[in-house]
Amino acid sequence: MPVYSIGVDIGSTCAKLAVVEDGRTLVHQMVMPTGWSSAETAQAIYDQLERQGYCPDSSPCVATGYGRLNVPYAQKTVTEITCHAKGAAFLFGTEACAIIDIGGQDTKVIAMADGVVQDFLMNDKCSAGTGRFLEIMANTLCVDPGTLCELARRGSGVSISSMCTVFAESEVISLIGSGTAKEDIAYGIVESIVNKVASQYGKLSVPGDRCYLTGGLCESPYILESLSRTLGLTVTSHPLARYAGAIGAALTAHGLARSERRTSV
Amino acid sequence: MSEYQLPAQFEEFSQARKEGFLRAKAIKDSGGHIAGTFCTFTPCELMDAAGVHPVSLCGMSPEPIPAAEKDLPKNLCPLIKSSYGFAVSDTCPYTYFSDLIVGETTCDGKKKMYELLGRMKDVYILQLPQGIDRSYALEMWTKELHRFKAALEEKFNVTITDQALREAAELRNQLRQARTALMELQKLDPPPFTGLGLYKLLDGLGFSFDLHSNLKKLTDLTAQLQADYAAGARPVPPGQKRILVTGCPIGGVLEKTVKVVEENGGVVVCFENCGGIKPTRYLVDTQAEDIMSAIAQRYLNIGCAVMTPNSQRMELLPQLVEEFRVDGILEIELQTCHPYTVERYEIKKLAHDMGVPFLALDTDYSQSDVGQLTTRIAAFIEML
Repeated sequence: MPVYSIGVDIGSTCAKLAVVEDGRTLVHQMVMPTGWSSAETAQAIYDQLERQGYCPDSSPCVATGYGRLNVPYAQKTVTEITCHAKGAAFLFGTEACAIIDIGGQDTKVIAMADGVVQDFLMNDKCSAGTGRFLEIMANTLCVDPGTLCELARRGSGVSISSMCTVFAESEVISLIGSGTAKEDIAYGIVESIVNKVASQYGKLSVPGDRCYLTGGLCESPYILESLSRTLGLTVTSHPLARYAGAIGAALTAHGLARSERRTSV
Repeated sequence: MSEYQLPAQFEEFSQARKEGFLRAKAIKDSGGHIAGTFCTFTPCELMDAAGVHPVSLCGMSPEPIPAAEKDLPKNLCPLIKSSYGFAVSDTCPYTYFSDLIVGETTCDGKKKMYELLGRMKDVYILQLPQGIDRSYALEMWTKELHRFKAALEEKFNVTITDQALREAAELRNQLRQARTALMELQKLDPPPFTGLGLYKLLDGLGFSFDLHSNLKKLTDLTAQLQADYAAGARPVPPGQKRILVTGCPIGGVLEKTVKVVEENGGVVVCFENCGGIKPTRYLVDTQAEDIMSAIAQRYLNIGCAVMTPNSQRMELLPQLVEEFRVDGILEIELQTCHPYTVERYEIKKLAHDMGVPFLALDTDYSQSDVGQLTTRIAAFIEML
């Protein structure tokens, strides 16, 4: 009988679920907005699992992401750093690479060798260079984040100098007020994020030159192009890379005996 | 009736703080003197020999920071702001009752803060050399100690004899050795103490003025822990990752750093910073012909990032990593502490060369980064 292991990744913006069969095959994934209560979100995921015929109470389950402590049916919590690395190794079939995860609240750069995290960096307290930054700017431009990224491809010439999201928003509003084209503003916004990520990347010593993007922006070709250009290497991704954290959690769960008491590592 | 008055808002204070005030007041009422200090470079032997009780005034609480920010910039080290805030708000018993505040020219923020503190309190500043590589560093620091000695003698109307200095140095040496012995129990695997418990205990002793009783407490506790351990007591479970903490003073951020380490599969086996090993390993040569120079020499061995170059720290860290069988180095830095945040580069390189994983955290006394710090610390321990 196959063993299903469950990974729940409650991020600041989106919650992701992954179910892995026998520690090898991804059989189910789902994403939903986290909303205001990660406990309610965890319950919604629980219901979804039951609807799909999985049993969250008797299957091995690991929770990750900033809401990881609010998943009562998980036996164990593991940080998103470790989970993203594991998930990336699974999706990209490599054990030595750099992983960039542009998350809602945190942007992480992870160096992995032999399938194990060697070193990592997270953005400081502020939200510069994160998904939240992009979201707020997209809101100001009245587009969704995906559209903003594609608009950026056709723009040029604008640079957003404020690192602080609140100041950057005022900067964008003044650009709008002065009649700057939306594409050019979008270009400036993406450049700002990519430069911030690149400066984090530069601080980490990374084994080899393979670099993968995980998280919610994995399906934006322009973000990948812009990151590749700025870092001077080819950054690639995977359509399922937004689930990297959840997949990593499910893989970690595989092999946990269900009788184990819930613990933190 | 006592000539010493409690601050106006005394009744609003917590019980622990009220007790602190009453203890400090009792010392003053019985004719004793209190000198507030801020640093492990403060030559406490001189104060002991003058019959003055030294006590650390390093602010570890966010509470008085708003009061400090009326005079100080927001973008400053939280320890400096907290220390100053306690003084302006009359909320720290030891600052309030101190007869003298002793500072050194350590970091720039502290130096300039002492100048402002001088408007409210009697402040004496020792000029600490900026490094120990000059041939005259010891001579200069010894002269500073002589100048300080004369100032103490004048202020408190006492004569500090060589004999009293030697006795004070002897007792301080014993205290340092006792602290070292207790901290070195953490070399055991698993260690007999959580890092948090150890740090709080050592920190607490600084507010008890009976040095002989402190010495006894330390030696008794060390013996007790050894006996319990031999009898099979293992308060820390085996297999926890052994962490060395280095960097800034951490009394104000213990809960969101050390405690988080110990809730996420780690145990702090060694504190290299100023509350830990750094200032305890070097002793005063009490038999030296010139006791003042011998005291001065001891303090110059302290490997703080205010020194340039800071070769003492670079030599001590690898020794500690080996002695305490450290799995990972955690550098805890306070916001805008330029000496430590810039020196991080060298420490990171040192850790890399030793093959020991390294994580640096930059934080302050607020609660705003607790979530992110927890994720970083937990991920670091998962990685070990």
